[in-house]
Amino acid sequence: MSGEICVVAEVVRGELTEQTFVSLAAGRKLAGALGCRLAAVMLGADVAPLAAALGAADRVLAVEHPLLADFNPEAALLAAESAVRAAGARACIFCHTASGMDLACGVAHRLGAPVVACCRDFTAADGQARYVAVTCGGKIIVEGTLPGPVCVVTVMPGVLRAEQGRSDRTPPVERISPPAGMESVRTKFRGWIDPPAGDVDISRQNILVSVGRGIQKKENIALAERLAAALGGVVTGSRPIIDQGWLPPTRLVGKSGKQVRPRLYLAVGISGAPEHMEGVPAAELMIGINTDARAPIFDAAHYGATCDAVQLMPALAAALGK
Amino acid sequence: MPSATSIIVGASLAVAALVFGAQIYECIRHMRLGRPAGPFGNWPARLRCVVLLVLGQALLFRFPGTGTAHFFIFWGFVLLLPTIVQAIGEGLAPGFVLPFFATFGPLALLQDLIAAAVTVAVLYGLYYRLIVRPRRYEGSHHAEGVLVLCFILTIMLTLLGTNGLRQNLGTAHVAAGWQPLSAGAGRLLAGLSPGAQHIVERVLWWTHLGVVLVFLMLLPGGKHFHVVTSAFNVLLRRLEPRGRLAPSPTGAEGVQNIEQFTWRQMLDWYSCSECGRCQDVCPAYAAGTELSPKVLIMSLRRHLRERGRALLSRADGRRHEQRQAVLARRLVGDVISEPAVWACTTCHACDTECPLCVEHVQPIVDLRRGLLASGRTETRLSTALESLRRYGNSLGKSDRQRARWTTALDFRIKDIRREPAEVLWFVGDYASYSPTAAEATLAAARVLRAAQVDYGLLYDAERNAGNDVRRAGEEGLFELLRQKNTAAMSKCSFSRIVTTDPHTYNTLKNEYEWDGRAVVVEHFAEVIDRAIAAGSLRVRRLDRVVTYHDPCYLGRYNGVYEAPRRVLRAIGCTVVEMPRSGDRALCCGAGGGRIWMEETGTGERPAVARMREAASLAPKVSCFVVACPKDLTMYRDAVKTAQLEDAIAVKDLAELVAEAAGDGTEAPRA
Amino acid sequence: MNIVVPIKFVPDPVEDLQIDPSSGLLDRSFLRLIPSELDEHALEQALILKERHGGTVTVVACDTGDVDETLFTALARGADRAVKITGDDFQQGIGSRRMAAIIHAAISGEPCDLVLTGTQALDDMDGFVGALLAERMGVPYIGYVTKVEIAGNKAAVRKEYPGGLNAEIETALPAVLGIQAAEKPPRYVVTAKVMEAMKSRRIDEKPGEDPGEPFTFPDLRMALPEPARRAEMLDGSPAQVAQKIVALLRERGLVG
Repeated sequence: MSGEICVVAEVVRGELTEQTFVSLAAGRKLAGALGCRLAAVMLGADVAPLAAALGAADRVLAVEHPLLADFNPEAALLAAESAVRAAGARACIFCHTASGMDLACGVAHRLGAPVVACCRDFTAADGQARYVAVTCGGKIIVEGTLPGPVCVVTVMPGVLRAEQGRSDRTPPVERISPPAGMESVRTKFRGWIDPPAGDVDISRQNILVSVGRGIQKKENIALAERLAAALGGVVTGSRPIIDQGWLPPTRLVGKSGKQVRPRLYLAVGISGAPEHMEGVPAAELMIGINTDARAPIFDAAHYGATCDAVQLMPALAAALGK
Repeated sequence: MPSATSIIVGASLAVAALVFGAQIYECIRHMRLGRPAGPFGNWPARLRCVVLLVLGQALLFRFPGTGTAHFFIFWGFVLLLPTIVQAIGEGLAPGFVLPFFATFGPLALLQDLIAAAVTVAVLYGLYYRLIVRPRRYEGSHHAEGVLVLCFILTIMLTLLGTNGLRQNLGTAHVAAGWQPLSAGAGRLLAGLSPGAQHIVERVLWWTHLGVVLVFLMLLPGGKHFHVVTSAFNVLLRRLEPRGRLAPSPTGAEGVQNIEQFTWRQMLDWYSCSECGRCQDVCPAYAAGTELSPKVLIMSLRRHLRERGRALLSRADGRRHEQRQAVLARRLVGDVISEPAVWACTTCHACDTECPLCVEHVQPIVDLRRGLLASGRTETRLSTALESLRRYGNSLGKSDRQRARWTTALDFRIKDIRREPAEVLWFVGDYASYSPTAAEATLAAARVLRAAQVDYGLLYDAERNAGNDVRRAGEEGLFELLRQKNTAAMSKCSFSRIVTTDPHTYNTLKNEYEWDGRAVVVEHFAEVIDRAIAAGSLRVRRLDRVVTYHDPCYLGRYNGVYEAPRRVLRAIGCTVVEMPRSGDRALCCGAGGGRIWMEETGTGERPAVARMREAASLAPKVSCFVVACPKDLTMYRDAVKTAQLEDAIAVKDLAELVAEAAGDGTEAPRA
Repeated sequence: MNIVVPIKFVPDPVEDLQIDPSSGLLDRSFLRLIPSELDEHALEQALILKERHGGTVTVVACDTGDVDETLFTALARGADRAVKITGDDFQQGIGSRRMAAIIHAAISGEPCDLVLTGTQALDDMDGFVGALLAERMGVPYIGYVTKVEIAGNKAAVRKEYPGGLNAEIETALPAVLGIQAAEKPPRYVVTAKVMEAMKSRRIDEKPGEDPGEPFTFPDLRMALPEPARRAEMLDGSPAQVAQKIVALLRERGLVG
């Protein structure tokens, strides 16, 4: 038992995701707290080109197989399990994302290990590792000692800086033979469907007026448009807004949408739930407007106000002289 | 040996009677497909209605020009009926003279004058239809309207002409002095030889009779059927309070096929004269939605005929396919569009305006009941209904936070669940939860206290009273809410209920059962009106020029127009009336569950049009006063859209009274 | 085709959540539980598939509180069967791991071609029910599904990724799918139909085979986030706040 911390890297469309590096950063912290080494698990058809970027880990455990070229949940689960077993992991970190969440519970069950979901930080206390996680849409913070002897965690997107998970080092790569049973997997990856083209690329915009459920009615989008025009920016929205068709999917900020790093992010009527905040990993100036003083948005924003969004938007446009 | 004339007249009459009768018979057969209606009681009240609305044509005068014209056409029809009987009688039996009616001089004079009046009225009608072309006729059968006006004109002119020529020829039944106008017409033709005059007289007579019989045959098939049905329609009108909806004819299913309406509703559609008065006052129509109350009724009538025929026919072969195709047409979807059904705000302007007492709101609600029962909802409505079912409010907020607004007060309001009070203040969803309405609710709380009203709240036990839930078509949810509210209220001790929300007011007053308990339901304006008059609330003069918007559910539905105005005058405000005020007030567009739905209109929203109406008043008004939290929300929004924020302020009555009562009851300037 | 839809009941986010000082955990005494939003989507997707392909839809829930109304509503919406799994201490809350075990025990032995459940629930702390259930059943699991097409014994699904990217994946039935969104929003069923279901339909009750909480989480403590911990709050009316914001923007050169 090497008592390693394993971080399962996430590859989408042939590229390592930003979240992989966030998870590596988390892994580094956890490894530090436990005094363990850090390993990155890479699954793919040909991992060599990407493995070099995982220098934050002490080594890379790679499972290569044609079925792992794109994310095939069933095949990836088998591969991840074999890698994590080979490592004799103390803890296994998955990204709390579309691919990570497909694997975390399966690996945990097969290892007989508990799952600690939605983690956002790890610390050390009295020689033990402690985790900080969120639940109930970010309304409750959960803390505890990391269970042993083995445990699986998922790390929320964007909770640590991805830079802390990058390194110039080139880690050694150890290949693990793909497990038996890969061939009899019943799941097939069929292909990617690209997001619709056209419309503005919100991730390249400097100023975003982002609206959430707090604007109450579709008609109030016009107020946001006016404000955005006055500021020289564009309107984006959280998931409920896009689901209702008030804005096109290209304007979605959040887990299932785009990640933005604007100079100004004006969050209007947005509660700040984790799925949305994943979409704003950084903003030079974030201002949150929400009538609930306890809304999680105020944890991320630099400034906030509890006035009514529907009244504030035109007031702000007016104050800008437009 | 009957003469040729007798045979022709007899045969024509028989044909006309058969055609007319067959159509009536078919209408009755179709109505019998409908659900039962009634019972119809209170005959004295019903007869009073007939006298006022049919004989007096009272509602028609709301449009004074055409109203007057129709008054004369109606009375012309009634008074000239004997002349038609005379004409038919003469045709069947030459030399026939109708006893009394054909020979009584004064009657002949009256008939002469009225025939002329009808002629003028019809010419005015033609001018109105062809030159003025008012919007309310859009969607009506225009050609039929013009044709019938021409028929009536022809009947009048041939009557005057025939009478005039008979005067000349000496075959009239009364002296010339009794028919001055006919005689005048006769003088125009006096230059012709007696033989020629006789021929002209015959031509005019045959034309007269022919047009009458043709009109008779066409009558039941179009909008002029109202000639036959209108008196019955008024006689059998619903006498329940306006604010009380009728239950669904089918129970939980609502109406999904036309034969699920009641026969009484079907009679309504036969009585529609397509005048378009309803359409003219409809806010949904003005907003450019797919709804026109008039077109709705016309569609229902047309579909009843079509489907009734299909249901009653025994078609084989190729006809069978056609029959199936007709039966497959969906009432909402193919005949009436879904957006049209959802567009109604239930403001009751149409029902109030209709001179024939046709009900438009009730069938729309019945159709909504059917849509919801079959799983067809409007996009956003489901969210509101789920929230109402789970939390008892439409705003998705916890029921436990319903009374949170009270924490901003510096005094405690009684919890009526624990201690008795004279008055229960039933606050309502929007007044409780909406940030826009918060100041008005707080103002009302302070004012009631200053007026020494002993009041309490249900706090968390209060649920949405259900008025708009019912009108959105969710009858089951309405019953659930009513039951919960009633159960909560039954444990409390109070004798009066007050509310600032007219929707709440309407349903508590008209649709809740108090089990023999004497409970008086009042609107805040009524309570304050009384308090000011009794001196228990002292107010100073604000000296403002304001206009007051009558909420649909306070004004039109429940007749409370004066109390709020008295309050405004008592606090020193000059009330300038908008052109559309009182029972003609233009709905803000939020009622009937519309505030929970998507806007679908292509035109200007009624609330915005209303703001412009207020802003263009002279003398200039500084304040647009409302007495409903939903009005407050809609108009505060509209004043921004109309960009009139600097010109006119939207205020709730409670806020103004609070200002006038002063001494710490004034809401803080936010 | 037999579809099973497990439904998890979670704390209602609309309410203020409180921490019980004695236990250091969520105060469940006044908690209102509602069905997990994504589980409602899963039910809707199941009903859509039933309408398309026939078969039955069975809704399953552990009796963690007032679950009857939700189960009757599910029946009124079109589910064929509702199963309530009872247990002595369920009302104190059940973690995802334990719930997956209980549900697996309750449905094994019943014909089941497809399990649809929400990809995650608000209060998932120790895993996700769908993924855990799939493991116990020994069937494939795909999460973040927004579209399901059934052909024979195969399911072709659309899996959602960030940025509007989607993947098409196919798997063989039986399988468990974690639903992120149904094809259409969950249908509304009128109260009259729910009331009717309450009168005329039955909820099957089954005692739960409960392995208990399998793991311990040492030193578990919950806390509420401090109000506006990082943001500097701006007070005043919308107009005043607007002025303050403009000043901030000018300071940083974000507006002229």
